[in-house]
Amino acid sequence: MDSKDSLVCGIEGMELVYGRPQSLTEMHTHYCPGCTHGIAHRLVAEALDELGLREQTILVAPVGCSVFIYEYINADSCEAPHGRAPAMATGIKRTQPNKTVITYQGDGDLVSIGASEIFHAAARGEHITVFFVNNAIYGMTGGQMAPTSLPGQHTSSSLDGRSTERTGFPIRMSEVLAQLDGSAYIVRRSLHDVTNIRKAKKSILTALKVQQAGLGFSMVELLSTCPTNWGISPEQALTWVKDNMLPFYPVGDYKVTEAVKGL
Amino acid sequence: MTKELLKGNVAIAEAALRAGLEAYFGYPITPQTELLEHLSKRMVELGRVFLQAESEVAAINMVYGAACSGVRTMTSSSSPGFSLMQEGLSYIAGSDLPCVVVDVMRGGPGLGNIMPSQGDYFQVTRSAGHGDFRPIVLAPASVQEAIDFTVLAFDLADKYRHLVVIAADGLIGQMMEPAELPEMRPSSRSAPDYALTGAKGRPPRAITSLHMAAEEEEAFNIKIQQRLGVIRSLEQRWFEYKVDDALLLVIGYGTAGRIAYTAVESARSKGLKVGLLRPQTLYPFPEDRISELADQIEGVLVVEMNAGQMVEDVRLAVGGQAPISFYGRMGGVVPMPDEVLSNIEAAYERISARYLVE
Ligand SMILES: Cc1ncc(C[n+]2csc(CCOP(=O)(O)OP(=O)(O)O)c2C)c(N)n1
Ligand code: SF4
Repeated sequence: MDSKDSLVCGIEGMELVYGRPQSLTEMHTHYCPGCTHGIAHRLVAEALDELGLREQTILVAPVGCSVFIYEYINADSCEAPHGRAPAMATGIKRTQPNKTVITYQGDGDLVSIGASEIFHAAARGEHITVFFVNNAIYGMTGGQMAPTSLPGQHTSSSLDGRSTERTGFPIRMSEVLAQLDGSAYIVRRSLHDVTNIRKAKKSILTALKVQQAGLGFSMVELLSTCPTNWGISPEQALTWVKDNMLPFYPVGDYKVTEAVKGL
Repeated sequence: MTKELLKGNVAIAEAALRAGLEAYFGYPITPQTELLEHLSKRMVELGRVFLQAESEVAAINMVYGAACSGVRTMTSSSSPGFSLMQEGLSYIAGSDLPCVVVDVMRGGPGLGNIMPSQGDYFQVTRSAGHGDFRPIVLAPASVQEAIDFTVLAFDLADKYRHLVVIAADGLIGQMMEPAELPEMRPSSRSAPDYALTGAKGRPPRAITSLHMAAEEEEAFNIKIQQRLGVIRSLEQRWFEYKVDDALLLVIGYGTAGRIAYTAVESARSKGLKVGLLRPQTLYPFPEDRISELADQIEGVLVVEMNAGQMVEDVRLAVGGQAPISFYGRMGGVVPMPDEVLSNIEAAYERISARYLVE
């Protein structure tokens, strides 16, 4: 079904200027109010539409709040064990090198339990694209400390604030993966305001183009909200990203190879 | 085709690619490594997928991904590595995907050693991962059987869309024997209807092991159990030797089964009525044949290279109709034929003693 048709809503003579991307299903998401997972989904879907990739895309879902992304993205998909999406994506991409293989992973999934899989996929220069949604907390399990939680951050497993003395320091994964020769495109963007969302969208397009051109591993980290587990309102959550996450996780381009610049 | 002198691990690797293996992912571990090494060369020569993964955890998830692509895929490992694959195996089972996993078992628990063992019997037949599922498990006792079972493994995996484990012990992996390899199968195989190939001209497909509603999950479990029921009724395989007039039945698989064969031969030459049943499938366990024989026999001796893990299955199949004794060596020690023979003689004597009493 062409989703544009369904959204004209019978208003004659009106041109549809903003509709549901074809790469998004009509399913209502289960995300909490103010959660930016939904925005991230929409950006990925728009990018798949714009590049005409939907019908050749295979998506690997994570374990985390976005586990059901395979019900929202209108493409072939599978659901990996917690943290193993890059390994699964490797198995798919190696056996179908002409397809577009993407993973979508939270920070617990990618930085904690799946640190090894993401690290080696990047080091191998696996031709996959990773969308890394960093909300500095374990959303799905109810707000425990993640390896990305900020020093002093209150979580359900660090009630009086994350102590670096006891739990060490947050990991900046984009910076880490940028060090590896296999990575081609690694950037961090944020979803806390419109300007940053637009930049994120551009980078998502670029990351997918990197894969299409066979230039190596690409990842877009997206700073995201979890108002529910941060214990604040959706609006406050956007401000929290700006005030607390941005200083620790600066948005920017951490790896853009010459070949990628030439795209 | 003629026989060639082949090492078990190499034979399994070569048989796998001739059976149509399209993508292999693995991690080095003794006594399995030659399998990976052989494929690193041959798969690349043939333009197929070979990748040395960063861990067994990654390897099994790469297999999971390749199985989503609908290709014939495999990994291999030995005991500690097989332990690491359990999560992935469970997800593969929970997604109804076929694949083949080779476990060339070594001494354990822990790092144990690199000597031949059958210590993973419980793990491969019962707890290959969390949740209610069991893989089909094939146990070769020679290099030739390792080859034949590898081909069979891929066919069974495809036939049932099910996980198949080849449980070989370190001796099968390491020893060299003359054996015959199969012809190379044509590799053109169209993608199965569940494969993720991009939703072009069709609705999207999703492969997932997640069923949020308990009833849905139960329905999925019932489907697995029904399939296992069919597998139990159609796929029990075993080898038997001189069971017709046997009073004592020796049961052993893999290397232990082969040693037991030699011991049974010696016992026969001494005039003892002893027969051998060597399970070739550990799951489904050849329970039908064993319970049939249980009517006729007066005793059972189980021989294994572990603490007696198969005894439970034998006991269930025999159903109390005959006394069961066990002889096993652990930790990578391979029993000698005379040790088994003296255990046969002892078990036989107990049977005769019972007869005398009667
Ligand atoms: C092997 C395993 N360990 C733990 C869990 C429980 N678990 C589910 S989601 C999750 C954390 C997810 O957090 P994150 O990746 O940050 O994603 P978010 O929910 O915040 O989007 C955990 C620990 C699991 N499903 N599997
Ligand atoms: S718990 Fe957090 S990450 Fe999960 S849906 Fe709610 S707001 Fe989003």
